[in-house]
Amino acid sequence: MDQFAVKVFVRLRPSVLDPAGEATKSASIKLGAEGIKSLRIGKMIEVKIEGNGENEVRGKIDLLCDRLFANTVIEDYEYSLEKL
Amino acid sequence: MDNFTVGVVVFPGSNCDRDVSWALEGCLDIRTKYLWHESSDLSDVDAIVLPGGFSYGDYLRCGAIARFSPLINALDEFVKSGKRVLGICNGFQILTESGFLPGALVANKNLNFICDDVELDIVSSKGGWFNNVDEKQTIKLPIAHGEGRYHCDSDTLKKLVDNELIALRYKNNPNGSSFDIAGITNEKGNVLGLMPHPERACDETIGGTDGLFTLKSLMLK
Repeated sequence: MDQFAVKVFVRLRPSVLDPAGEATKSASIKLGAEGIKSLRIGKMIEVKIEGNGENEVRGKIDLLCDRLFANTVIEDYEYSLEKL
Repeated sequence: MDNFTVGVVVFPGSNCDRDVSWALEGCLDIRTKYLWHESSDLSDVDAIVLPGGFSYGDYLRCGAIARFSPLINALDEFVKSGKRVLGICNGFQILTESGFLPGALVANKNLNFICDDVELDIVSSKGGWFNNVDEKQTIKLPIAHGEGRYHCDSDTLKKLVDNELIALRYKNNPNGSSFDIAGITNEKGNVLGLMPHPERACDETIGGTDGLFTLKSLMLK
């Protein structure tokens, strides 16, 4: 069995308003940061997972992302995978 | 209908289950039974309410974890049999997460947790959830939510409008919901999800009775 470290990024789709991102952008500008054009907040999920090779693990992670980690009505996801 | 029983689902973090039970039993004399979320035996209930609250602490997304409970798995067959399911607030979020209703509920536009009475237009009579005796077209119900902004893509919205699936719309949209949507039904009309709390409007002494009809209509065939 191989072990993999997976980092999943879940982001609100561009068409979905992100009020928390907007509030943080406003605070960033108040802090004095210049030039911020856009700020959106997402989630990062770290998973350590075992499986028989990368393809099998990708299958499991795809299922997790599609059915649990992200709600694809409002969110997109992508992930990176590193063999340990 | 003497033995008609409404199952009130209890998840870890549900907090309106007792209010729903109180309103059904105390105001409408309808028998209720609490259903723990790990139960998948729905054979002795005739309708189900998914109450408000914060199931599983709203972890990941509101309703996302509750979707995987044995009870929600058993709900598919219950809904297909035509029995009625009412999802209130967190219950509405669970119904969208689990695919019984389209769209999703996300953080309110202004980020505030809004606790207020709102005026609502009854848009569709599908399922008979709002057929009140006064034939009122506008009702007033309390809302209490931080993530109640209904969102769907334009194709879904068109389908909701074309098929008369929008049950309630806010008169003064408090949370930024698409098309002012406060509640929707499935195509068959036997599943209703709404953000306002009908169980908190069942007695004049606590502010109104506009929620009575919706709870009573759980008994409709």
